[in-house]
Amino acid sequence: MAEILKVSGLTKTYEGGHQALKGVDVSIEEGEILALLGPNGAGKTTLISIVCGISTATSGTITVGGYDHDRDFRAARDLIGLVPQEINLEPFETVMNSVRFSRGLFGKPRDDQRIEEILKLLSLHDKKDNRIMTLSGGMKRRVLIAKALCHDPRILFLDEPTAGVDVELRKDMWEIVARLKETGVTIILTTHYIEEAEAMADRIGVISKGEILLIEEKDALIKRLGRKELQIELSAQIDELPKSLADKDLRLENGHLVYTYDTQANSTGITGLLADLRAAGLHMVDLSTKQSSLEEIFVDLVKEGAA
Amino acid sequence: MNWNAIKAIYRFEMSRTFRTLAQSVVSPVLSTSLYFVVFGAAIGSRIDQVEGVSYGAFIVPGLIMLTVLTQATSNASFGIYFPKFIGTVYELLSAPVSFVEIVIGYVGAAATKALMIGLIILATAHFFVDLNIAHPIWMLTFLVMTCLSFALLGFIIGIWAGSFEQLQLVPLLVITPLVFLGGSFYSISMLPPIWQTVTLFNPVVYLISGFRWAFFDVADVSLFWSVAAIIGFMTACLLAIGWIFRTGWRLRS
Repeated sequence: MAEILKVSGLTKTYEGGHQALKGVDVSIEEGEILALLGPNGAGKTTLISIVCGISTATSGTITVGGYDHDRDFRAARDLIGLVPQEINLEPFETVMNSVRFSRGLFGKPRDDQRIEEILKLLSLHDKKDNRIMTLSGGMKRRVLIAKALCHDPRILFLDEPTAGVDVELRKDMWEIVARLKETGVTIILTTHYIEEAEAMADRIGVISKGEILLIEEKDALIKRLGRKELQIELSAQIDELPKSLADKDLRLENGHLVYTYDTQANSTGITGLLADLRAAGLHMVDLSTKQSSLEEIFVDLVKEGAA
Repeated sequence: MNWNAIKAIYRFEMSRTFRTLAQSVVSPVLSTSLYFVVFGAAIGSRIDQVEGVSYGAFIVPGLIMLTVLTQATSNASFGIYFPKFIGTVYELLSAPVSFVEIVIGYVGAAATKALMIGLIILATAHFFVDLNIAHPIWMLTFLVMTCLSFALLGFIIGIWAGSFEQLQLVPLLVITPLVFLGGSFYSISMLPPIWQTVTLFNPVVYLISGFRWAFFDVADVSLFWSVAAIIGFMTACLLAIGWIFRTGWRLRS
């Protein structure tokens, strides 16, 4: 796959002295979905705003589809569509007019047929003549996506597409993103919902305090950083851990034992643990293991970054 | 040049004008008609001719200027402030458009609307007074130049404004007084000498004087200074806008 977006050494210091980005390097492959995961204030929106031309960088370079984002700003921006975090729409306009405006701004001749195709893709077609203020929140977000897509960009930025959206709409949005991916659009989305990144992304980048902590294939990330938990159910409930087991990574949860181990370690210590349990006179009825979620991985990473 | 973008902005702005037809067009016409009734008919009937022109006709250029200046300024300032206020300005900033295109789109639309209203008022005036326009081409040139330069000023105000209150501030506190004191309703030769001198510092005097000259061939200041004033004002606005866009002032963080 070809590289479609390259960000090198990007920094941003606001007038007040706050450093929002501290040398960000990212490379995006065409056709992938990258989720940028980070807590509030990590610099996600700042990064997107700079790439899309809304803010200016303090230093660093950006190339979009081979075009320098500054020198060839027209060619570069032509390839990008942005769905902002806030629902920023002209309330009194109709959906159709608003999308037509966006298409025109990006220098494309009027083409209502193409716009209607996009509205259909987003299940918005029956609302095309409605005024935007009469639409529900979920529909308004779709209008934003339609506006971002109407000039046929090759990269789509979705800044927190599901912030403040209920569960059903969130699932809807995931479906839309999956449909967009099929059309070949490269998607970069920011979120602080781990499950969202888990559900949609091919790669996940973790950003915290203006720095990219890592970018990795989603599955590899979960595997590499994955800690597993072994749940051990005992025949008889115990109130406290036997002293002989005190040095193990064990805790008591609702009467059963939970053992945490690193799947990447040379030895997981499970065999030894089972022997020790028997020695302590504890009898097992059931065993189960659970992979730690991205959320836990993420919290670990951000904590490490802070330390 | 991204002509499609200019067209898109212009159309979008004009569609707002037509959507709010009553507020955009009817209200200036109504208020001007009221001026005619009050100043032209009621008070004007007791005033002699001013420099050989009946008072009712004399105030027509001033009235048109009064409305056109206010409309051009407020339309353009609202046009660019509103996207800032509701956040849709992100689209302008992220689109492959240059600032020149943004200015042509917004200022062009605001000036068109002001010009339309100016012409409608001129037509309305015909119902109240007899008008013979001495230099129609000059009249139109002045009108168009005024619409454009005050739309440019409005654009600057819209970018500068951080609230709706500030948006109203300049038109209300600066433009209206300048127009009223700029000889809309009187010839500055009617003022005491000291005020005549003070008035010469009011840029609007030159606009109204030139515009009135185009109508009646009478002027407070020479045509040269009127033309120089409007070209100077327009240049100043263009320079200011050029600076705003080079620096991204109040637009890009």
